[in-house]
Amino acid sequence: MDLLATILVDGLIYAGWLFIVSVGLTLVFGVLNILNIAHGSLYAIGAYASASLVGAYFAAGGNAFPFGSYIALILAAVLVAIVLGPLLERGLLRYFYGRDEVLNVLVTYAVFLILEDVMKLIWGVNPYFVYEPYTLLGNVEIGPLFYVGYDFAVIAAAIIVGLAVWLTLNRTRMGKVVLAVIHDAEISQTMGVNVPRIYLGAFMAGAFLAALGGALTAPMISVTPGLGPNVIIVAFAVVIIGGLGSVPGAAIGALMVGISRAASVHLVPEAELFIIYFVMAIVLMFRPEGLFAKTQARKI
Amino acid sequence: MRMSVYLSAIIAFVALAAGSIILPDWAMFLFAMALAKGLVCLGIIGMMRGGVVSFGQGLYYCIGAYTATLIANHLGVSDIFLLTLLSAAVCLVVGLVFGPLLSNYRGIFFAMLSLALSMVLYGSLSKMSFIGGTDGLNIGAPTFLGWAPEGRPLQTALYLYVVAIVVISGTLMRIYFDSERGLITLATRDNELRVEYLGASVRNLMTYNYVFGALLGGIGGTIAVLALGHVDPEFAFWTTSGEFVFVAILAGYLSVPAVFVAAIILELVRSFSNLYFPNTWQLALGIFLLVVIVALPNGLGSLVSKRKENKT
Repeated sequence: MDLLATILVDGLIYAGWLFIVSVGLTLVFGVLNILNIAHGSLYAIGAYASASLVGAYFAAGGNAFPFGSYIALILAAVLVAIVLGPLLERGLLRYFYGRDEVLNVLVTYAVFLILEDVMKLIWGVNPYFVYEPYTLLGNVEIGPLFYVGYDFAVIAAAIIVGLAVWLTLNRTRMGKVVLAVIHDAEISQTMGVNVPRIYLGAFMAGAFLAALGGALTAPMISVTPGLGPNVIIVAFAVVIIGGLGSVPGAAIGALMVGISRAASVHLVPEAELFIIYFVMAIVLMFRPEGLFAKTQARKI
Repeated sequence: MRMSVYLSAIIAFVALAAGSIILPDWAMFLFAMALAKGLVCLGIIGMMRGGVVSFGQGLYYCIGAYTATLIANHLGVSDIFLLTLLSAAVCLVVGLVFGPLLSNYRGIFFAMLSLALSMVLYGSLSKMSFIGGTDGLNIGAPTFLGWAPEGRPLQTALYLYVVAIVVISGTLMRIYFDSERGLITLATRDNELRVEYLGASVRNLMTYNYVFGALLGGIGGTIAVLALGHVDPEFAFWTTSGEFVFVAILAGYLSVPAVFVAAIILELVRSFSNLYFPNTWQLALGIFLLVVIVALPNGLGSLVSKRKENKT
C-alpha cells in the first residue's frame, strides 16, 4: 500500500514538472507548426536565470522576506521570454514558416547548439545552487511518507498553468483568435487577424513556459550545463504521446509518463532511463498520431 | 547510365585511395571516421528520398559498434571482414523487426519513433554494467585476413577498407536509387496516395529503405568503433543521431557523393572549431548549420544537379 502511494505521489510530482515543460512545446507546435528543440535550451536558460536572480535577491538582503524569492523565480522566466522570444521568433523562425517539418526541427537544433554554448559563455560551467526556495514551504507528511512541500507547489503550479492555458484558449476572445490561426492561418489573415503577432505571442508564451519549468526546477537541483538535452527529449515524448498541439494531451501524456517512470524507479530501477520511450512507442503503436491528435484528411 | 556510375565509382575510389599516401595521420583518421559516419547518413538519404527522416539512426550505429566489440572481446574474432559481416547481419535482423513496424509512420512521427528506439537502447546500455555501462568498452586493433598491421600501416589499411566499403555501398545505393523501386520511392516523396493508387506498396518500399539504412548504419558503426578503439552508449544518444541528420540535410537527397563530402566537411568544421574555439565549437557548428539551411535548402547535391539541368 505504501509502495503504491509512493509511486502515485512521486509520479504526480514528476508529471507536474513534465506538464509545465511540455505544454509550451505543444503550444508552439500547435500554432507555429515547429517542433522546437531549442525548448530545452530555454528551459536551461530559465533555470540559470532564476538561479542568478534568486541568488541576487538573497544577496541584496532578501532574507528579511524569503518568500519574495518565488517572485524572483517567475520574474526570471518572464525575462527569458521577453528577451529570447522575440529574438528567436522575429529574428529567425519566421523565415521558415511553411517549410518542411523536419527542416524546421533542424533549424531549432542549430539554435539549440548555439544556445548551449551561449549559456556556458554567460554562466560558466560551475554548478549553481539556490536551495532556499526549496526549503521554505516545509515538509508534508502523508501517512508514513515525508515529502518536501515545494514538490507539491510544483504540482499546484502545473494545475494553474494548465487551467490558464486551457481557459485562455477556449474562453477568451484572444484564445479564439489563436484557435482560428491554428486552424487556418491564411484565412485568419484575410479576416483581419494579425497573424505574425499571434505567432510571436504564442512563441513567447511557449518560451515563458519552458523557462518557468527551468526556474521552478532550479531550487531542486544543481544547475549545470547539460540540462537542456535531457529535458527536451522527455518533453518530446510527452507531447507525442498526447498528440502534437493538444493541451489536454500534454496533461495526459505527462501523467502517463510521470507515473510509469515513478513505478519503474520503485519496481524496476534498471528500466528508469527508457521507460519513457517505451510508453511512447506503445502509445504510437496503437494511436499513430498520439492520443488527442486531430485526424487529418490525406491529400491526393 | 550504368556505365557512368561504374566509371565514377572507379574515379572516386582512386581519388580517395590516393588519400592514403598524401594525408597525414590525423587527417586520415578524421577522413576514416567521416566516411564511416557518411555510410550511416547514406542510409538516412535512402529514407529521405521517400520523404521520411530517421532521427534515431544512432540505434544501428550503436548496435553495429557494440556487436563488433562484443564479438571481438568474447569470441576472439579480430578479422575486420568477419566483424563487419556479423554486425551487418545483426543490424539486418533488428532492421527487419522494426522496419515493418515503422513503415506505417510518416513525418515527425517516424522521426520521433525512430528516436525513441535509439533512446531505449541508450538507456538500456547505460544501465548494463556488465558491458561497461556509461563507460563503454574497448576493442583491440582489427586484423585483415590474418595480417595484423600496427601504426601507420594499420591506419592505412583501415582507411583503404573504409574507402572500398564506401565506394561499393555508394555505387550499390546509386543503382538502387535509379532502379524502379528507387524511383517509386522518389514519387512517394511527392505524393504517397497517388503512388498507392498506381499499385505500388508504399509500406513495402519504406521497409526496404529502412532495412538498407539499418545495414549501412551497422557497417558505419563497426568501422567507427574499429577506428576509435572504443564504444559507449553515446553512440545511440540523440545528439549523435542529430549529427547524422545534419549531414543528410547538408548533403541533400539528390547525390550520393555529396553525402560523403558533407560528412567530411562536418568533421573538418568540428575539429577546426574545436581547435580554434575550444569552448564555443557548438556555437560555430550551429551557425554553420543555419547558414547551410538558408543558403542551400536542397543540400550540396543541388549544386551538382543544377549544373546538369542547365546543360540540357
